[in-house]
Amino acid sequence: MAQMIIDTANHIAGYAAKAARVKVVAAYPITPQTTVVEKIADFVESGEMDAEYIRVESEHSAMVACIAAAAAGVRTFTATSAHGLALMHEALHWAAGSRLPVVMAVVNRAMGAPWSIWPDFSDSLSQRDNGWIQFYCADNQEVFDTVIQAYKLCEDERVFLPAMVCLEGFILSHTYMPVKIPEQKEIDEFLPPYKCGWILDVNHPLSHANLVSPDWYMEFRYMIQEAMENAKQLIPKIDKEYGKQFGIEHGGLIEKYKCDDADLILVTMGTMASDAKIAVDSLRKEGLKVGSARVRVFRPFPVEEMMKLAEKAQMLATIDRHISFGMEGFLASEIKASLFNRKDRPLLAGFIAGLGGRDVTSEAIKKIAKKSLKQMHAGKVEKETEWVDLRE
Amino acid sequence: MVTIKELPREEYLLKGHAACAGCGPSIAIRLLFKALGNKIIMVVPACCTTVIQGPYPYTSVAVPLQNILFESTAAAASGIVAALRQRKMEDITVVGWAGDGGTVDIGIQALSGAAERETNFIYICYDNEAYGNTGMQRSGATPYGAWTTTTPSGKRERKKDMPFIMAAHRIPYVATACPSYPIDFIEKLRKARNIKGTKYIHVLAPCPTGWRYDANRTVELGRLAVQTGLWALYEIEYGQFKLNSPSDRLVDKAKRKPIKEYLQLQGRFRNLTEEDISRIQQWVDEDWEHYRKLASNSMSDAALHGKI
Repeated sequence: MAQMIIDTANHIAGYAAKAARVKVVAAYPITPQTTVVEKIADFVESGEMDAEYIRVESEHSAMVACIAAAAAGVRTFTATSAHGLALMHEALHWAAGSRLPVVMAVVNRAMGAPWSIWPDFSDSLSQRDNGWIQFYCADNQEVFDTVIQAYKLCEDERVFLPAMVCLEGFILSHTYMPVKIPEQKEIDEFLPPYKCGWILDVNHPLSHANLVSPDWYMEFRYMIQEAMENAKQLIPKIDKEYGKQFGIEHGGLIEKYKCDDADLILVTMGTMASDAKIAVDSLRKEGLKVGSARVRVFRPFPVEEMMKLAEKAQMLATIDRHISFGMEGFLASEIKASLFNRKDRPLLAGFIAGLGGRDVTSEAIKKIAKKSLKQMHAGKVEKETEWVDLRE
Repeated sequence: MVTIKELPREEYLLKGHAACAGCGPSIAIRLLFKALGNKIIMVVPACCTTVIQGPYPYTSVAVPLQNILFESTAAAASGIVAALRQRKMEDITVVGWAGDGGTVDIGIQALSGAAERETNFIYICYDNEAYGNTGMQRSGATPYGAWTTTTPSGKRERKKDMPFIMAAHRIPYVATACPSYPIDFIEKLRKARNIKGTKYIHVLAPCPTGWRYDANRTVELGRLAVQTGLWALYEIEYGQFKLNSPSDRLVDKAKRKPIKEYLQLQGRFRNLTEEDISRIQQWVDEDWEHYRKLASNSMSDAALHGKI
């Protein structure tokens, strides 16, 4: 029997690692990730989880220990936030380059200076280009399901890449919600034992990740790009398969809400999508044809789905909980890039909101929508990027 | 005690490796394999061995080898040890093999952490006293007075005493070695394999390219380092300090060759003044006074540290 529990997303991430039968966890504490690894420490000490928990001395070592354990033939898990993720940066490249299926929960937190412990996506989006698959969750159930799905995806021989499962600090990490935990037997059926592309083996001695000349390097990079393309095909399939078995789906690459007939589509990531749905319902009551699309997977970026989404809409409004300084929000950039070669592309207005944990309410999103509709009717975007609720 | 004749004939450092002529570290790798065989997993960070093993799709090392980030040897070893324990394959020895920069500078944090966690592995620092792979820049292990490309007029600070830093972690086994004394090194490796916990072996490995001496004098240079007392062969087993042969005969200063004999063979010490040399000699003598006391107090030391 599946079990319903009420717990925080951080604890749920720990439950997911246990359910995935992770064998090595290497982690270093950082707010707001701490309760993920505390939960796992409890599981390991009580014997509920048959795993090694390496209490490393830094996040850099956490990631390296996961890489090496994955190379030595076991399923690995870690979790971090913000500066911890930034400290891992070098090792993140090494994990992807080594094609090892490490899965990590990233409890999103804003980057300093100045110090902030509250959420935005500046930590994980700064790791956009290092070959990690990036999922963004909207609720605690999705955190559990996505960790399980991520292992299934990453250990597929067409992929063999690492993945981060991102969840916003406090908004999810410390908020209690009901979550359905399927029976272990069913999870085992869905997620077979650990598989990876190569292994450190005394019977087949090889040097791994040694020096590669310009004669070979590009091919290795191309294979990562191919793996990302494969992941794009597999993610919706795995989500559907999971849904079939456990009765919960999360929209594959993009979760759409009332987009079919929408003139304006609000595009967000993470929990903001939930407020966007409330805003959409309210706007619909006013007779305004607005929809909401939540980008669930940022890498690989769902270019084709985005094209399809944009086909009927006259306007897109992105709400980014992040800013690429000197440019704009990442969602805005990625969507513009995705649509550039299409003839009848919609207008796109970019909004920056919720940095460093500032609340983004459904009322604020409604305002964004109305502003966008005005521009849509005028047939012209007034400002490429607008900062929402900024002090004068 | 093993003899050279009794060593296995199998070679796991293969012909055609890419080390410089006269490379001290490559002799040490060969001895490592003679001592431990091929049921090992080796972790190698950015260092000369990155080059020695040869570029993809070749390798000159016939054991599984994980190349890893510069500062991360001990962290990677921790991950492998944990995975092998889960897979019930603890008969495989995990060996971290890193240069002096990767150990005493950028890798010291991960190494300290792994030692404090009592990770069951052997860590070997092969010390050529500078960042050799990148063209001889100064490291924390570069000795006083030595020329490097970033200390063109000679380093003004002393070498970091890494074996004692590791001993302060109360790990069960710390030893020094030198490839010029192969049996000593091999016996230490074999002893280390049979001890549970973190084992640290610091190997002084002469480097003709960086130290500026003729490539045929590597073994001689290593011997002189030991005979002058500049590099002492010792082990600290469960806190108990013990000088090994031939260093155990050098407590008496009269038995030690003057350090000048070692220094004058190397171009990197060309700029040393007589004053520098006598200063270094004085430091060496002070070190030996320290070793003498440690050797005589080793029983009480062992009681202090306790067996792990």
